[in-house]
Amino acid sequence: MRNILVFLIRYHFLLLFLLLEIFSVTLLVNSTYYQSSAILKAGSRVTGSFYNSISNATDYLKLRTTNEHLANENALLRQMKGVSFLKNDTSSFWINDTLYKQQYKYIVAKVVLNTVGKRNNYIMLDKGSRSGIQKDMAVITSNGIVGTVVTVSENFSWVMSMLNKHTRISGRIMKNNQMGTIVWNGIDHLYGTLTDIPAHVKISKGDTIVSSGYSYIFPAGLMIGTITDFRVEQGEHFYTIPFRFSVDFNALQYVYVVKNLMKDEQESLEKSMEGVKDE
Amino acid sequence: MNRLVINNIFRFILLVLIQVLVMNKVNFYGFLNPYIYILFILLLPFETPGWLLLLLSFLMGFTVDLFTGTLGLHAASSVFAAFVRPMIIKLVGEKPDYDITTQPKLQQMGLKWFIAYALLMTFAHHLFLNMLDVFSFDEIWQTLLRILVSSLFTFLFIMLFEYIFAPKKAKA
Repeated sequence: MRNILVFLIRYHFLLLFLLLEIFSVTLLVNSTYYQSSAILKAGSRVTGSFYNSISNATDYLKLRTTNEHLANENALLRQMKGVSFLKNDTSSFWINDTLYKQQYKYIVAKVVLNTVGKRNNYIMLDKGSRSGIQKDMAVITSNGIVGTVVTVSENFSWVMSMLNKHTRISGRIMKNNQMGTIVWNGIDHLYGTLTDIPAHVKISKGDTIVSSGYSYIFPAGLMIGTITDFRVEQGEHFYTIPFRFSVDFNALQYVYVVKNLMKDEQESLEKSMEGVKDE
Repeated sequence: MNRLVINNIFRFILLVLIQVLVMNKVNFYGFLNPYIYILFILLLPFETPGWLLLLLSFLMGFTVDLFTGTLGLHAASSVFAAFVRPMIIKLVGEKPDYDITTQPKLQQMGLKWFIAYALLMTFAHHLFLNMLDVFSFDEIWQTLLRILVSSLFTFLFIMLFEYIFAPKKAKA
């Protein structure tokens, strides 16, 4: 017994070394075992909160990259959002009110192709007949009129933008209810021209032009633009009124396609009126 | 003696913090990870009994292990470094017998002595640690390169640390 004690005391350094070494290596080798993970788990209560408070401070230094990551992720999420997909049914809904009979129905669509630099510009939307879009529907944004639908396929539709030689939209000067026709001369996508306003009417710069509502396509009172200039050409009885579009055609993103629910009724009434006129 | 204990406790905490917060973030092509915490083992007084040396080194390694999640790796390496410390001290030269307060520090033992001491200790520790970590002779050259580069950087940081924390008296 005494000899063992003497041995232990004499070689305590080596023995303790071996003991600690065996313990450590066992921990390392068995790091998947329960004991080791329990030690790490208990230790992580301290180390975890320590790292946590450190990262609370150092996170500020990484804000730039974090923001980049978030922006990228946002883009990814946006990509997965409903608006990025072609919808097979329309996202619009009706409210049936007996006092107010709904006349217009709005379908949200995204501009997938758009030009402003050509003489005749067309816009492609990511919705078509499946979403209830038909030919001759109005296309607007919250800022004002964009154009009219000219061709519809199952999932897409082509819109004739106001920046087109064939556009003939009736506009009205809001101040005095004078009716005219809007044309585009093909030069600047920011400016259109209002014609057919009689020369005796008093107008001024800054007057607002809105849709007349005298068509079956556009609801009345939609913003079209503001008058920037006006003149009467030599020998004419009508103004030529350049105006600035309220819609920035170069920055179109989401538009509403307007469906006139009473269009058929209006058109058939007009047909019967033609019959009356003929007689 | 009391002050010595406090000093060492303070150094222990400081070195763990530097190791965990700074050194473990250093990663140069996956080769470089300086382990400055072994400075604690290096600077323990000459008179530290062997068992205490081993136990304190184990505690140091184990603490670093808890922070890095490599349970046992640094503990084993630290214990090994503590084990070889008396031999290395014997090799590079014992402390002078006449001064009881002398510690294995740069200012007290001289630059030449400390460089030899620190280099040998660092190399021993890193050799053991990397071999234990890799646990294979397959990529022996890569492992050796890793050991050499890491040792060099740990050594540089140790020297830097020693100069930064040198007492003003000793400097003058």
